[in-house]
Amino acid sequence: MTASAPETTGTARPARRAKAAKPATMGQAIGRALRDAMAEDPAVHVLGEDVGTLGGVFRITDGLAAEFGDDRCTDTPLAEAGILGTAVGMAMYGLRPVVEMQFDAFAYPSFEQLASHVAKMRNRTRGAMPLPITIRVPYGGGIGGVEHHSDSSEAYYVATPGLHVVTPATVEDAYGLLRAAIASDDPVVFMEPKRLYWSKSDWSPEAPAEVEPIGRAVVRRAGTDATLLTYGPSLPVCLEAAEAARAEGRQLEVVDLRSLVPFDDETVCASVRRTGRAVVVHEATGFGGPGAEIAARVTERCFHHLEAPVLRVTGFDIPYPPPMLERHHLPGVDRVLDAVERLQWEARS
Amino acid sequence: MSKKRQSTPVVDRRRPTGPEDVPEAAEHTVTPPAWRPRVDPGPLLPDESPFRLLGTEAAQEADPALLKRLHRELVLGRRYNTQATALTKQGRLAVYPSSTGQEACEVAAALVLEERDWLFPSYRDTLAAVARGLDPMQALTLLRGDWHTGYDPRAVRIAPLSTPLATQLPHAVGLAHAARLKGDDVVALAMVGDGGTSEGDFHEALNFAAVWQAPVVFLVQNNGFAISVPLDKQTAAPSLAHKAVGYGMPGRLVDGNDALAVHTVLAEAVAGARAGGGPTLVEAITYRIDAHTNADDATRYRGAEEVEAWRAHDPVELMEGALRARGLADEAAFAAVREDAERFAASLRERMNADAELTPADLFDHVYAEPTPQLREQAAQLRAELDAEAASHGEDLR
Repeated sequence: MTASAPETTGTARPARRAKAAKPATMGQAIGRALRDAMAEDPAVHVLGEDVGTLGGVFRITDGLAAEFGDDRCTDTPLAEAGILGTAVGMAMYGLRPVVEMQFDAFAYPSFEQLASHVAKMRNRTRGAMPLPITIRVPYGGGIGGVEHHSDSSEAYYVATPGLHVVTPATVEDAYGLLRAAIASDDPVVFMEPKRLYWSKSDWSPEAPAEVEPIGRAVVRRAGTDATLLTYGPSLPVCLEAAEAARAEGRQLEVVDLRSLVPFDDETVCASVRRTGRAVVVHEATGFGGPGAEIAARVTERCFHHLEAPVLRVTGFDIPYPPPMLERHHLPGVDRVLDAVERLQWEARS
Repeated sequence: MSKKRQSTPVVDRRRPTGPEDVPEAAEHTVTPPAWRPRVDPGPLLPDESPFRLLGTEAAQEADPALLKRLHRELVLGRRYNTQATALTKQGRLAVYPSSTGQEACEVAAALVLEERDWLFPSYRDTLAAVARGLDPMQALTLLRGDWHTGYDPRAVRIAPLSTPLATQLPHAVGLAHAARLKGDDVVALAMVGDGGTSEGDFHEALNFAAVWQAPVVFLVQNNGFAISVPLDKQTAAPSLAHKAVGYGMPGRLVDGNDALAVHTVLAEAVAGARAGGGPTLVEAITYRIDAHTNADDATRYRGAEEVEAWRAHDPVELMEGALRARGLADEAAFAAVREDAERFAASLRERMNADAELTPADLFDHVYAEPTPQLREQAAQLRAELDAEAASHGEDLR
């Protein structure tokens, strides 16, 4: 449980436990969250393409069909609108479906069900029929995927009232946020940064962290000079940039947003008011991307604390590039540091 | 060379082969050797013409109580349609998609269901909900411009009216599937129009239902038009019922103005689904006598002769003819039902003429289980605006 006050860890990873367990990957933590949720609540059903016998193309659901049976972890026909649409009906009958969209760009056929029903059913029925559905979306680039395998689609979801949108950047959060998403009575789009699937930590599935509520950002690295606001796949980039900046004498604070909806204005603004400068970093395209909203919110709320305009480091406003060119598109350490340099440092002197 | 080519066997790559599996080349140049149809399509095919009962010998054996009940609901349903259409002209309904001419489908769909079953209506199917027992005030809440749904779907087992075409069909499949997984013998009946069968969700819902053998019945009311577009611009299929065969489920074709026939076909499909027999697609041939809605002008896309021909095949008159032929009702009985329908319409009219009372603050209450901090800010903003407005008018608008 994260306290409402920002928590600082100083590094990307929390302090090592006294007894170091076998390192777990983010993918394993997600799978463990699914397993624990299914064991705890018979209403939790997993459905999607290849999630059963194969265990998913990323092996996230490995073992679930064997442990819980095909009726609890179901290989569906290959149709994303059908997967989400039938999940709506299952939720109407009291189940708690967790659907897997195989890749970011393959989720688009389900968008009508998402926007017209999943997001609106609670409001449509004035609270009588909420839909506790979790939609897992592997997203983002950096894995050398060919076209349709690397989109950062979070802006579509963020712009749809009625959905919660969360994304973990650490192994621990992958477990905790997914448990919270499944436990939520609201629909949650759970965006999985697929290039972090293989990231490791000493997190142990035997002693999983407490499930924390959705909606709180966390300070991953404390700093005094500027704040990097980021989430998901860009967190490691920002931590690396902060480390590099330290060598140049700048102390950067790094905030992991974790939840885009609801948005934690409190933690974000507390950080920016302390540092006076902010850069938003994400892979999604910049125009109309989450960074536009975040920069506007920070400017509206922290204007008199700001020493410079809030800058954004994002993917270019282009369709996701071929894998041989993706490194030019993805926000990297140098591009983040360049943005930090442009934060009008001369104005302070 | 040619000799060698002749002796090279073509091997089915989908299964391991041994020497005994190598067939003669001539046997599999057209069909892979292991292939056979996965199901026999014959029993799934619809009849060659729509199933009819009223006016036939078979109708003589129909349950008199059922015939009288269907008649009563048809008469009330027709009056409901004319009253709702009138309410649009008086500004009491924002819009009304009439089901005049389609009452047999609406009524039969409602009556075949048990209380524990679920109905999934489209926007044109408020009558089915009303025939199932829902207060018409609640059924019409959306079309009044009041809140989107006027009832608790779980309490009455009627899904919210679905406006995006065919999107309610996968919901019905998922709900029926969930009920079966829980061991409940609940059936879902989902309603869609001919235009809706072109939507991708129609395809996905039928496919999921058949693969899962979900206890769901799809009722397609083929009323001839998707707003203005006739069926021949919608599909090249022999009939909409034929589409069922492609999914491996039975398709049934029925005269959609013959309430007894629709009731019989739907009841069989519901019983089959309840018994574990999986889904059925029913196509009811009917006609939308009124325009798409009060905002539509049907004279732009169809002639009066066509409408008159269908008026001669009216579902209410068909039923009255059957009751007369059986000697089950006389003119006094018909008049008594019409009087009940007038009272029903008067009650609806009277209640609709009272202004709806909506609370602006409710806008933020049900977006999420708990309003987000952002929504709390916006709710406070609206509250302040309303307070300022109230102060300037000297009244409380909240």
